[in-house]
Amino acid sequence: MDFPYLSIIVFLPIIGAILIALLPHADPRRIKLTAAFFTLVTFALSLSLFFMFDQSLEGAQFVERASWIPPLDAQYFLGIDGLSLPMLILATFLGFIAVLVSWKIDLRVREYFAWLLVLETGVLGVFCSLDLLLFFLFWEVEILPMYLLISIWGTGRKEYSAMKFVIFTLAGSAMMLAGILLLYFHGGTFDMMELAGMGLEGAISTLLATAIFFLLFIGYAVKLPVFPFHTWLPDAHTDAPTAVSVILAGILLKMGGYAIIRVCVSIFPGVSQDYAVLLVALALVNILYGAAVTFRQRDLKRLIAYSSISHMGYVLLGIFALSQVSMTGATLQMFSHGLITGLLFALVGLVYNKTHVRDITQLGGLARRMPIIAVVFSVAGLAALGLPGTSGFAAEFLVFLGSFKSTLVDGIQTYAILGIVGIVLTAGYILWLLQRVFYGPAKAQYDGVPDADRLERFTIFSMVAVIMLIGIYPAVLTDIIKTGVSPIMASLGL
Amino acid sequence: MPSGVPLAIFLLPFFSFIVISFVIRPFLNSKPQLSGYITITSIGTSLILSLWVLAEVSSAPGHMLSMPDYEWLVIGDTVIRFGVTVDALAAIMLIVVTSVSLLVQVYSQGYMHGDPGYSRYFAFMSLFTAFMLGLVLADNLIILYVFWEGVGLCSYLLIGFWFHRPAAARAATKAFIVTRIGDFGFLAAILFLYFKTGTFDIGELHHLALAGAIGGTVLTWAAIGVFSGAIGKSAQFPLHTWLPDAMEGPTPVSALIHAATMVAAGIYLVARMFPIFASSLTAVTTVAAIGGFTAIFAATMGLVMNDIKRVLAYSTISQLGYMMLGLGVVGIGVANDAISLEVGLGLGVAVGIFHLFNHAFFKSLLFLGAGSVNHATGTFDIREMGGLRKVMPWTYATFLIASLSIVGIWPLAGFWSKEGILDHAWDHQTALFFLAMITVFMTAFYMFRLVFLTFAGEYRGGNAGHGGASAHAPSLRESPLMMVAPMGLLAILAVISGWLPVSSFLGGKSESFFGALAHPMAWVSMVLAGLGILLAYALYSARWLSVESLRRRFAPLHTLFSRKYWFDELYERVIVVRVLVDGIFALLNWFDTRIVDGVVNGVAGGTIAAGRVIRRLETGQLQVYGIAIFIGVLAIVACFLIFG
Repeated sequence: MDFPYLSIIVFLPIIGAILIALLPHADPRRIKLTAAFFTLVTFALSLSLFFMFDQSLEGAQFVERASWIPPLDAQYFLGIDGLSLPMLILATFLGFIAVLVSWKIDLRVREYFAWLLVLETGVLGVFCSLDLLLFFLFWEVEILPMYLLISIWGTGRKEYSAMKFVIFTLAGSAMMLAGILLLYFHGGTFDMMELAGMGLEGAISTLLATAIFFLLFIGYAVKLPVFPFHTWLPDAHTDAPTAVSVILAGILLKMGGYAIIRVCVSIFPGVSQDYAVLLVALALVNILYGAAVTFRQRDLKRLIAYSSISHMGYVLLGIFALSQVSMTGATLQMFSHGLITGLLFALVGLVYNKTHVRDITQLGGLARRMPIIAVVFSVAGLAALGLPGTSGFAAEFLVFLGSFKSTLVDGIQTYAILGIVGIVLTAGYILWLLQRVFYGPAKAQYDGVPDADRLERFTIFSMVAVIMLIGIYPAVLTDIIKTGVSPIMASLGL
Repeated sequence: MPSGVPLAIFLLPFFSFIVISFVIRPFLNSKPQLSGYITITSIGTSLILSLWVLAEVSSAPGHMLSMPDYEWLVIGDTVIRFGVTVDALAAIMLIVVTSVSLLVQVYSQGYMHGDPGYSRYFAFMSLFTAFMLGLVLADNLIILYVFWEGVGLCSYLLIGFWFHRPAAARAATKAFIVTRIGDFGFLAAILFLYFKTGTFDIGELHHLALAGAIGGTVLTWAAIGVFSGAIGKSAQFPLHTWLPDAMEGPTPVSALIHAATMVAAGIYLVARMFPIFASSLTAVTTVAAIGGFTAIFAATMGLVMNDIKRVLAYSTISQLGYMMLGLGVVGIGVANDAISLEVGLGLGVAVGIFHLFNHAFFKSLLFLGAGSVNHATGTFDIREMGGLRKVMPWTYATFLIASLSIVGIWPLAGFWSKEGILDHAWDHQTALFFLAMITVFMTAFYMFRLVFLTFAGEYRGGNAGHGGASAHAPSLRESPLMMVAPMGLLAILAVISGWLPVSSFLGGKSESFFGALAHPMAWVSMVLAGLGILLAYALYSARWLSVESLRRRFAPLHTLFSRKYWFDELYERVIVVRVLVDGIFALLNWFDTRIVDGVVNGVAGGTIAAGRVIRRLETGQLQVYGIAIFIGVLAIVACFLIFG
């Protein structure tokens, strides 16, 4: 076995968490530095995988395999391919960013950072696992830290929101577990690669295949989230601390999209195709309904949360348009949205920290007080509305293009055109938001409100840089993503 | 010519933006004038390179240079490339954009002097110019769309340049969203064309369209989609409402937006895609009809506005309508086989773009003149002006030349290109021709209404600031040389640009200098223009007629025009607010909180309530449990007995 990169990446954060928990007479600064160190190393390692990744190969690389529960044939099986590598880089990057945006936390610092790092291990495990049981285990790891982070360090109705998050996730997990067990009983293995390659759909009845598909899909749809399973998201976002919002929007939602591709579509290409029209229609509901509801939000965080629902609709559209370009676009959209919305939440956190206001109608004229935050907020907003030169455009454009060209879904062109309506609506609510919060005459009540400090500038500028890089040269990622998408296309007969 | 030259034309202003934003603004903020110098140097160099390109193109066979292109994105069999196209159309547009932009930047140094956002201003102006140049050079629809949106972004940034003014912030948002509604159609058309043909390359698309490889309905829909993008950018009816508000930006920005960038992009797009349009009669008829209607529709509103920039804005919309009309009517001729394809394709572009070319100079001059007047008087309201002829002779002279040019008086620039449009309208679409002729009269009237109210008579302003009217307020003086010199140069161009062989270079025909006067059409339109000027003179200078009584007599019309046909109210109050935000969106939001989330909370509440009820049964008293068990056993036994 080669050097175990993935195990180290996955478990470094939790080692950091243990270390933080054990640090003697920890002063907050040392804890923060420790957390920053561990997340930065994790990020650096996953970035090094980017350079070592062989783009000419399809299938998993950096594989680690060991027997884990022999009677069940469950394995400790890690590996990454073109789909998971971008997610891994995104998750480790945002993990580091999340520590930076938490720098001003002063309540129970030790526990906060420990849980934040445990959370990171959970999501990294999800993106690296190729064994369904292991995957499920990591999927569940994230729930406890999320519950604690929201209910202790949150604001507003935080207990309600935290509990809502847990109940929704667990309900989804129950479905997923049922689906995974059914897969195991009929496929005889937890190995995702093997399951995807064995043509399971042909071996079992259509009804059963459909049932398993939807059990799994609903589990993931809660996470993405897909209408009508989305109402936990605005509440969780609104009441979560900034860093948790960044991770929630940036990484946790992507677990849903990633799992839909990795498990649902890969193992059940035929069922995916049979129900593609329905799911694409659902994607349109997400896009348009999400955007419509976004217009009515007055709380900054709630507004961004609803816009996430709308943007995740493009992911669903790209996946079930079932073409190589659209699915590549969907994966790129996950990466892009993670950065853009992560940045937006970080910025909302900054605005709130400095003004203690999140109600849009009370804000106004902030560009004069915090020019740097205003500029970066505008850039992030423009990226969210899909302006060329930002990752948002590259991703959404590929989704539209791929959907238009798709040959497997009837009437997909009409849906794609309806999806484009979404970008007009997005322009509407984003620019209206900028206008109300940042433009107009400076308000006296915000006199003397400071702009971003040096650390905050570093954090938000680095995110802007990645957003622009992907926007200007998306091939950096799409060349990798397409190697992950190709096998799925092959199983669809393309 | 090295193949890097066209690329450099785009990159120079782009680097100017980078240097200003990332070097000068953060590190050399005490020397903002550097930003102006860098912008001017880079755009000036681009102008020189554009002249070089023009020379190369005119000596190249077929006026077409082939340039290498590069891969940008490859996924499976989908390949997106980027490259530049250099032909006569692109070469002319490069000249228009770089020359107008250069003069506007020189002028801006005076106009923006001392503004705290000086560096930001020049950074955005550089970027604006760069994106427009990129748009002109793009050889495929994706790259064109990228720059198309980029141009939209810059106009958003520049219209909202003074973002602390609510009106500016609102106007910027409005401009972006209204144009994006058009872009929706454009993007859909790009995807649709790709879906049908498998290419984004403009040259290849033309080839396929002309060879008949694309179906008629496909072409019609694609052309209409592309045109909807152009409607938004070029502020044609019904997406015209953003442009009059766009003057909330600094005046030189308006000069650039109205002449060489942004609105010109829409006309350019239709010209660039002309073979697609000309292959569909429905599409070209739509273009001609929208253009012809917009020309007169905008002119009527221009008749009654009191803000000098607003009048000019409506005149821009109207003139852009002329350009669309020109493109459309020649297209109708081609689609009806009245003009052969070989002649028609070049002719259409020539008719439309020649007017864009001339318009660029006189319209930017008019805006710079308006800015110069504002520099002196501090207002844009023509009711507060008057008599400026004496104190601002240069501004007056150049403004007058530009006005005569836009009205279309021989031998000034506007005459030549407007005649071309009217001629072809007469040949191919008579109804629209008459509309265009009426518009000539209106144009003359509203332009000279401006001239007389601003420059003739006595000064009427200064009441507010100086306490009482004075013939010459002390601040009234001619603008500095920095501002007047570009205006002088533009005035020369506003006279002579029509004499340049632009039309024949683009593939149209050129009139001889005096030969043009042999056409009766030229006299009809000039007489109409003269009548317009005369009416303006009678009303606003000689005062033979009373403006008041005229307004009273036509009160309903006056209200209709000055309220802009209530389009702003319809769009903003009714559609956006009533129907969407407070209507459908509010309903969906209610649905989301009450129904979708309501069910969730209902299930949770139900579970808790059920728990509360069931909990009562758990009394802890053994007797009660015993009775329950007994009843249960009885029930089971009864079931067995009954159902066997």
